[in-house]
Amino acid sequence: MKNKNPKPQHTKSNESTIHFKGTFIAVMLLGVIMVASWFGVYALFLSR
Amino acid sequence: MAFMYVTFTSLLVGGLMGLLQTFVRSGKYTLPFGIDYYTILTVHGVILGLVMTTFFIIGFQFSLMGKTVGLTDKQRKAAWWSFWIMLAGTIMASVMVLTGQASVLYTFYAPLRAHPVFYFGLALVIIGSWIAVFINFRQLYLWRKANKGQKSPLLAYMVTINMIMWVIASLGVAVSVLVLFIPWSLGYTATINVLLSRTLFWYFGHPLVYFWLLPAYMAWYAIIPKIIGGKILSDSLARLAFILLLLFSIPVGFHHQLTEPGIDATWKFIQVVLTFMVVIPTLMTAFSIFATFEATGRKKGYTTLFGWFRKLPWKDVRFLAPFIGMVAFIPGGAGGIINASHQMNALIHNTIWVTGHFHLTAAMTSVLTFFGITYWLVPHLTGRRLTPRLNKLGIIQSLTWTVGMLIMSTAMHIQGLLGGPRRSNFSEYAGGAQVDTWISYQMAQESADRFSSLPSS
Amino acid sequence: MNLHKYEKIWLIFGIGSLAVFLAVIGFAAFWKGTHPQSHIETIDPQNVEAHEAFKPENLGLREVADGKYTVNIIASAFNYDLGKDENGNRVDTIRVPRGSTVLFQVTTPDVVHGFQIAGTNVNMMVEPGHISRYETVMKNNGEFTIVCNEYCGIGHHLMFGKVEVYD
Ligand code: HEM
Ligand SMILES: [Cu+2]
Ligand SMILES: [Cu+2]
Repeated sequence: MKNKNPKPQHTKSNESTIHFKGTFIAVMLLGVIMVASWFGVYALFLSR
Repeated sequence: MAFMYVTFTSLLVGGLMGLLQTFVRSGKYTLPFGIDYYTILTVHGVILGLVMTTFFIIGFQFSLMGKTVGLTDKQRKAAWWSFWIMLAGTIMASVMVLTGQASVLYTFYAPLRAHPVFYFGLALVIIGSWIAVFINFRQLYLWRKANKGQKSPLLAYMVTINMIMWVIASLGVAVSVLVLFIPWSLGYTATINVLLSRTLFWYFGHPLVYFWLLPAYMAWYAIIPKIIGGKILSDSLARLAFILLLLFSIPVGFHHQLTEPGIDATWKFIQVVLTFMVVIPTLMTAFSIFATFEATGRKKGYTTLFGWFRKLPWKDVRFLAPFIGMVAFIPGGAGGIINASHQMNALIHNTIWVTGHFHLTAAMTSVLTFFGITYWLVPHLTGRRLTPRLNKLGIIQSLTWTVGMLIMSTAMHIQGLLGGPRRSNFSEYAGGAQVDTWISYQMAQESADRFSSLPSS
Repeated sequence: MNLHKYEKIWLIFGIGSLAVFLAVIGFAAFWKGTHPQSHIETIDPQNVEAHEAFKPENLGLREVADGKYTVNIIASAFNYDLGKDENGNRVDTIRVPRGSTVLFQVTTPDVVHGFQIAGTNVNMMVEPGHISRYETVMKNNGEFTIVCNEYCGIGHHLMFGKVEVYD
């Protein structure tokens, strides 16, 4: 399993990662907004 | 044949807009003459929430079906029937509302009672829409018979999913109106089961809001890529997302009843879990859309991290309006998750936060996408071109709409967290309420402007 | 249908967040007992006075134990009945000390109403035929407005009351 020629695999995944890096950052930003607003309102719930 | 078909759809869309214009206007202009706030609110909710969306969506879906799988003469005739029946129902309900005999708001919760004609009108709208559903199913069926073994076109597939959802959902409201409301409003039954009528309403109401959302998703998945000159990331992922949306939209109406008595807490929690499941296909959609943008941009040679983003066709209203809609769905969806979070619902339920939520999701996400679609669809159908002037007009309209909605919905969210109620023409203690009323006037104006200019495209 | 690596990470993150949300509220609900109000008891809306809690003399605030209170309320278009004071005048403000545990019990003889104490977690639907109950600790002092937040007819916005929490 470990010796399954890591090199070509590396370049391949590298290629596809570069491809959608911007997308990834964008969606993660969206995810952070989702999580932050949820916990914000939950804190308000606890404080009341 | 294609020509006839074109006439039909543009008439449908155009007719709808004309209709709307009148109603929005009458809402705007008659207000000073002492008409009750709740009458206006009912008009606003019924016309914009139930009528405009449904007409637009059905018209849009017909044109998609016509384009992808074809429409026969017989089907077109039937489609007209559907249109006239829905229109008749709409007029019946609207007259009752406008004459103050049905100030029950668009949710028409029992035991508030409206004139029987109001309920008959609603029943007609639904029956009309079922005819449309039947035609759409038949269109796909005929296509499949003619093209055995082939995968159905993506857009036809999506329309069919949305229509399946609509039928299943509207059964709830049909049962509620026919079995509970009509006998009761005619006086045959003395009482009405309030909790049951609410549950039936929301069994319909939640899929209803997804019935507004899915056409926007259709555009995002299948039309926007064409406009920006790219292609969809994955056909099969889009299909999967639609299936999931269908499955999880149906059983979750109870998330509108989280603070109600008479419903078991564990059952509510199960509904909360199911509601969260429906978020998953939306997460998939978010990735798909950005990835489509990025792939398209990179193929065009913009290789920097966000170069593809800057080079999107911002000056094209057919892209800009739906894009703003997508962005609005980020806070809209995040807010929805908060709404659905079981005990946290008490923080926002029936506060004006909810109004903020659905102006983000419905009035921005769906409606702005519909605007964008209209600018794509109408020239497409009529063979006319979207002139640069019109495009500019469209952009200005989209931006005005956005700014108005943004200010309004932000104010609503904050005020809602502070406990400000929705559906009240208060002025007493909540200082923000006045500001809000003011802004909602603003919005009414904007929407009036907005719609009046649409048919010209 | 193969997912891109980033899409996988994104979905794991997204679904993971949802799972965390559910775990947090599930724990709070099932172990700490902070379910939204879900009282199952029914009542005859034509005759709410027949119920012990909604007899005219039992309406309003009552101290049931040290630091523990019950407030019984009948909501009707367009009024909250919070009982009468010693002089027979209608009560419009409920006063409780900070930190007290208060159980609100509300019902209605007519249409659907809301019952929200703005600025607290008390927010319930009140429906004919059902009793709505919610127990809460008044953690913060101040004045909180009781509002009807479900449209109940033409005078809906005239329906309100007040809760005062003092030190
Ligand atoms: C992430 C997706 C969404 C979730 C989890 C969600 C959840 C909710 C919940 C729980 C409520 C009830 C709030 C309350 O009254 O206590 C609500 C209200 C509402 N939502 Fe959403 N929502 C989502 C997306 C949408 C979309 C896409 C639309 C429309 C296009 C929409 C339209 C509405 C409307 C109109 C209401 C108000 C219903 C009323 O009159 O009471 N929502 N939403
Ligand atoms: Cu919903
Ligand atoms: Cu009310």
